[in-house]
Amino acid sequence: MFALGPGCPGFNPGFAAPGMWTLSHMDLVLIQILNGLQYGLLIFLAASGLTLVFGILGIINLSHGSFYMLGAYAALTLTEPLGDVFRALAVGIPLAFLFGLAIEWLFIRHLYKRDHLQQVLLTFAMILIFNELQQTIWGSHPHSIPTPVYLTSTIRLTETLSYPVYRLVLTAICLALALAMVFVIQKTRVGRLIRAAESNREMVEALGFDSQLLFRFVFATGVALAAAAGIIAAPVESAYPGIGDKVLIISFVVVVIGGIGSIRGAFVGALLIGLADAMGKVFLPSFASVMIYGVMALVLVLRPAGLFGRA
Amino acid sequence: MDLNRRTFVSLGGSAAGALALGVPFIRPSYAQSSPLKLGVLLPYSGTYAPLGEAITRAMELYVKQQGGKLVGREITFIKIDDESAPPKATELTTKLVQGEKSDVIIGTVHSGVAMAMVKITKEDGVPTIIPNAGADQITRGMCAENIFRTSFSNGQAGFAVGPAMLKAGHKKVVTATWKYAAGEESVAGFKRSFTKGGGEVIKSITIPFPDVEFQSVLAEIGSLKPDAVYVFWAGGGALKFIKDYAAAFSGKIPLWGPSFLTDGVEQAAGTAGNGVKTVGHYVESLDNPENKDFTKLFIDAYKLPPDVYAVQGWDTMQLLDIGLKAVGGDVSKRAQLNAAMAKATIASPRGPLRFSSSHNPIQNFYLRELRGGVNNYLGIVEKELSDDTTGCKLA
Repeated sequence: MFALGPGCPGFNPGFAAPGMWTLSHMDLVLIQILNGLQYGLLIFLAASGLTLVFGILGIINLSHGSFYMLGAYAALTLTEPLGDVFRALAVGIPLAFLFGLAIEWLFIRHLYKRDHLQQVLLTFAMILIFNELQQTIWGSHPHSIPTPVYLTSTIRLTETLSYPVYRLVLTAICLALALAMVFVIQKTRVGRLIRAAESNREMVEALGFDSQLLFRFVFATGVALAAAAGIIAAPVESAYPGIGDKVLIISFVVVVIGGIGSIRGAFVGALLIGLADAMGKVFLPSFASVMIYGVMALVLVLRPAGLFGRA
Repeated sequence: MDLNRRTFVSLGGSAAGALALGVPFIRPSYAQSSPLKLGVLLPYSGTYAPLGEAITRAMELYVKQQGGKLVGREITFIKIDDESAPPKATELTTKLVQGEKSDVIIGTVHSGVAMAMVKITKEDGVPTIIPNAGADQITRGMCAENIFRTSFSNGQAGFAVGPAMLKAGHKKVVTATWKYAAGEESVAGFKRSFTKGGGEVIKSITIPFPDVEFQSVLAEIGSLKPDAVYVFWAGGGALKFIKDYAAAFSGKIPLWGPSFLTDGVEQAAGTAGNGVKTVGHYVESLDNPENKDFTKLFIDAYKLPPDVYAVQGWDTMQLLDIGLKAVGGDVSKRAQLNAAMAKATIASPRGPLRFSSSHNPIQNFYLRELRGGVNNYLGIVEKELSDDTTGCKLA
């Protein structure tokens, strides 16, 4: 890096030293693709629940990010006694599912026939309640969740930069969950019902299926997915107040890009957002904060119903 | 009875007031023995709630330790949760200043809230002490006779890190922070001292606030291969960055920053935090009698050790106490109160503390290294460092 000496004030390594820079430039692009995919898959896990609930129940669930947050804090509480974040995941998913059933029975089921404004009101209130609960139970200091000991190693990417193995495992888990979800939705009876209910709710009811039960199942699944994302991301994300808010916003962006109710859309949308975010931060830093919204605007202009949405 | 209560009070009050003017050491008059109202604007909910809590505890402890009174006057705290929400700041400050008729305003943590607050108190003239918010402008262009700060300015805290990094032999560094006022002021302060001393900042990375997806930042740092990295993050973001950074570079590129990087996350950072060096105006283990006394008092009262925010709260009351003593508890003498506070020298748990012409702290900055969940004291970096007072016309 001879050209970076103090003799060249204001020197911009991006353009003035092509020989030196190209190699690390390529590295950077590849690493950013990896980062983008990893981040995208994690967003997908959170967004998939939102798109299901949105598409099938017709509910705008603003408290979706809170379930992610509760997942992260559940990881904090469960990892210690269980000894491992994966065991916390195994316990946490059924717990979150039950919690989802309860929330649906208590609150959400009263919203199906009401307009979006009332849905927003109730689910926004839930955000406030969950945030308050989190403050009361876990306090407002950030907490760290340990990575399983056997996954604490790192893989060397470049001379200086290493990549934590846990992140790769995280990516693999997200991918596995995504595939499992596609399988359930495309190949199983429940999946067919979900798809049918998404395209025509009344018809499904007319055919004699209890849509109430289906809705409860879908909502609880959404909660479980968000919580699962919160739990497995906890060792890299930590747990701190407000962690769910960002997840909520980005999940909405993904759902809008992918097309409401489309799992496939959420998958593509999440990867797109992950890559746009990773690339934007490094190559267009001044636009990093609006990058993902730029992508969203572009998609909406070209395909107003989202990539996989029905117009 | 012809003499009604109201007339009695006002007559008696003015008579006593006149007496107090003539004879300074007389027992406090009627008007002054009424409780002194301290309007406190601090975050009691949200991310900054622990900071607001620590500041409040230390302030209440100070009053309690003085026997519940300052200069013979009972103290009433009127506490409002500002939620660290700048849009609400104007309304809440107005409520404290005009609604509650607070004698003194104390607040706050969030710089944006503090800026809005200061605009109102500057105009009103009510003595104001800021126990944390670091916005540079408050003690630069926005400075005023009645506005004091007992914490730091962002630029000052950043400035203090430069010499320490140069001394450690780091010549080429990358900086990273959120793209918002506090982060940018911090980096600007750092750059000023670091480049003046012959260092070079090869790249300043910013990411949107409050984004905590740091992998891109790390990838870029990895490709630039600096001698060291200067960052400004706080709270949950700081914790996550420390962990991600350790996983990415495993100690190969030293990580530096102002003390906010490790304060409050020492334990949570675990082994990932080992070796992170920070520069700040307080270390828990500072070896001076004031710090020992304060720490003991605080632990006795609250069963946990004080942090830097508690120290700032404590010094806020020390400063106010000095001002009150100078006017015998009569807060209507604002000019004298302000003048006494401006000249104050305080034996703080952080070491000696006095104030610049723009009322920003002049204080020592210490080098600390995080290891084993504790910020260890490594020595003084800057003795009695002031901040520049650009744009402030006070002298």
